[in-house]
Amino acid sequence: MEYVIEMLNIRKEFPGIVANDNVTLQVKKGEIHALLGENGAGKTTLMNVLFGLYQPEKGEIRVNGKPVKITNPNIANELGIGMVHQHFMLVDPFTVTENIILGKEPSKAGKINIKDASKKVRELSEKYQLSVDPDAKIKDISVGMQQRVEILKTLYRGAEILIFDEPTAVLTPQEIKELMLIMKSLVNEGKSIILITHKLKEIMEVCDRVTVMRKGVGIGTVNVSESDPNSLASLMVGRDVVFKTEKKESVPTDVVLDIDGISVKDARGIQVVNQLNLAVRAGEIVGIAGIDGNGQTELIEAITGLKKTINGSIKINGKNIQNLKPRKISESGVGHIPEDRHKHGLVLDYSIGENIVLQTYYQKPFSKTGVLNYSKIYDQARNIIAEYDVRTPSEYTPARALSGGNQQKAIIGREVDRNPDLLIAAQPTRGLDVGAIEFIHKRLIEQRDNGKAVLLISFELDEILNVSDRVAVIYEGEIVAIVNPRETTEQELGLMMAGSKRMEAGDKSRG
Amino acid sequence: MVKKMFGLLIPVLSVVLGLLAGAIIMLVSGYNPVDAYMALFFGIFGDSYFLGEAIRTVTPYILAGLAVAFAFRTGLFNIGVEGQLIVGWLAAVWVGITFELPMLIHLPLAILAGGLAGAVWAFIPGLLKAKFRVHEVIVSIMLNYTALHVTNYIISYVLTDKLDKTNNIFETATLRSPLLSGLTDGSRLHWGIIVAIICAIIMWFILEKTTTGFELKAVGFNQHASEYAGMNVNRNIMMSMVISGVFAGFAGAMEGLGTFGYASIKSGFTGIGFDGIAVALLGANTAIGVVLAAFLFGGLKAGALNIPVETPIPNEIVDIVIALIVFFVASSYFIRWILNRINKKGVK
Repeated sequence: MEYVIEMLNIRKEFPGIVANDNVTLQVKKGEIHALLGENGAGKTTLMNVLFGLYQPEKGEIRVNGKPVKITNPNIANELGIGMVHQHFMLVDPFTVTENIILGKEPSKAGKINIKDASKKVRELSEKYQLSVDPDAKIKDISVGMQQRVEILKTLYRGAEILIFDEPTAVLTPQEIKELMLIMKSLVNEGKSIILITHKLKEIMEVCDRVTVMRKGVGIGTVNVSESDPNSLASLMVGRDVVFKTEKKESVPTDVVLDIDGISVKDARGIQVVNQLNLAVRAGEIVGIAGIDGNGQTELIEAITGLKKTINGSIKINGKNIQNLKPRKISESGVGHIPEDRHKHGLVLDYSIGENIVLQTYYQKPFSKTGVLNYSKIYDQARNIIAEYDVRTPSEYTPARALSGGNQQKAIIGREVDRNPDLLIAAQPTRGLDVGAIEFIHKRLIEQRDNGKAVLLISFELDEILNVSDRVAVIYEGEIVAIVNPRETTEQELGLMMAGSKRMEAGDKSRG
Repeated sequence: MVKKMFGLLIPVLSVVLGLLAGAIIMLVSGYNPVDAYMALFFGIFGDSYFLGEAIRTVTPYILAGLAVAFAFRTGLFNIGVEGQLIVGWLAAVWVGITFELPMLIHLPLAILAGGLAGAVWAFIPGLLKAKFRVHEVIVSIMLNYTALHVTNYIISYVLTDKLDKTNNIFETATLRSPLLSGLTDGSRLHWGIIVAIICAIIMWFILEKTTTGFELKAVGFNQHASEYAGMNVNRNIMMSMVISGVFAGFAGAMEGLGTFGYASIKSGFTGIGFDGIAVALLGANTAIGVVLAAFLFGGLKAGALNIPVETPIPNEIVDIVIALIVFFVASSYFIRWILNRINKKGVK
């Protein structure tokens, strides 16, 4: 009775692909067990097998030593397995309590006893130090709180084993710290946790043991105390990983992007970019550091023509592109890796091939007099897929069916292949694993070395400091400082991002 | 290949289930389903007259189905096909009775007038959706009523002096053909079926082969990504409605120039536009699927007319059977689920 969960030699196939091949996962009672792997390594599939959403072709699942058949999530619930999904499943206008009892409402003669339920939720919340207000509406509480509601939901249903699916992807650094404490208090109370992640830092911090998966295969289980981030990363990727991106000294030349005093309003009509100045030269990567919501999104939308500016000017290679249509701007030599790949970057129902020509379908050779040439389109797709290592069954596969990392590689391939004079990369590595991040950073630096200008926007300071040649700090819609990444620290940047330290930005920001 | 077979299996199975359910209803009501289905079959294939009438019935169903399917494929729900069809009908007849031109000009002009009227009628919800995000369903439903009553007014007070139908169109604007009619024992079969098939090919070509179709579908799937990629979202929404409206207007023109040869006051909707929704769904919103579905739908409708003639079964039962078939198609998810279960068991 040493293990609460044992998944032995699990095999799960999908048409044309083996998602899990002979994977074994054994979780001890009271431990935090990490499931580590790249995007598309099969972690989520394995957990969906455990949660009863998929049936394995081979293998055995044991709960508390007893072999079980989990054919649907209800059975998983009865066995005490609860899942905290990455994308929350909550009803926004309902209160916390209403969401938690949803589907299991305690009722007497058809009337829901919300008071008792609310009391029980409060007790649970206090027991695990979640500090959730049972009567608050979901839409009024933060993302971090919503996640705690998801945790409470599983506890309320009597979960003993909690699966967390990439829980930190949506959280701020502060919320991540709090979540770590919550997870520790959960195991102190005798619960067991499976943490799906590709973030090595988190594993080193809270986990006891880690099972590594690579391309659907279980690589093995190691004790975290006997391991280190480097060895875990190479286990996950299958080769040595360089955390520090190597690059030559930049050789900036002519100014490519020249922004002079632009202001932009957001959807609510509030001015979020204020008289902003910025210049990016050929052969350099300028990183924009800032806390989310300081006008980064609107700045990019203004450059790419998705949003109107109210004054100033934006020039590409000396040509004014301000307030032109997105297509005209794209034709002027601007490539854009968008922040939200599902919203802006891809038409998920289109094939990968069709997505590869999303901006260029109307140009030769992909079409002629309005008629598409699909053989040329798919030729191009095959090139990009091969060159950018997009893992997909074929170029005809819908973009929806690819993992996040491979979707992102396809977008990056599409944008870089157009060889734009200015490449805007907004959060290009969000939600990706170390292997994909390394690949994408290399590509950005390659563009720079080919004499192109790159504008990088990221909330990850590591990334900004690692990749950029110059760092521009944005605060409340202004560039408040331009610093050399080799002469600054995360602490100093953090202070500037919080607005407590302003430098004379006017001239310096124009490089 | 397996997937394709599967795709075909579901509509076929839906139809079979629909027929079975219809049989049960007839049995329960005390009628003989075998007689009914024999009469239905004879009403479609029994002799050349019935066949001609069936094909004639199919024609507007194809066009109405294409109109709905085209909008669906580009993310819009054009429930206003009925109204667009009615104005298309009137516009085509109007040209047909007003001008005296050689046939080579007159007939295409009359058909195009029908298409144009449908396009204008569909442009209104398209414009309102594009500019003000007004939902196209609300606007186009209301425009159905507007179309019905406006055309009735024009027929009584503009084109005639308080009569309930217009003059017959000139011979140079007619789609009717003594040849087709002769071949089918005097049925009202006309050249409209050719127009409908050509339109199906055009729809397939636009959606699958052109940059326009690429944009229209992209906008339908994801407006944000389309805008990011430099497509004009608003123009594409309007364009989609206009093309859909052209098909709908053509459907009306086929009735006006082919089946009837005039336009008359209507007390209610023709129903063809609404049935077009079912045809589009049944045909999975593809051009070839719509044509096949329209043949099924039109065939059933035409053949059904023969059931009350040869058996004591009332017309209403026939409508129920057709409704059941559509019902089973609409619940194809259910059938897919059953098939998947059977398949899985088979593998084990």
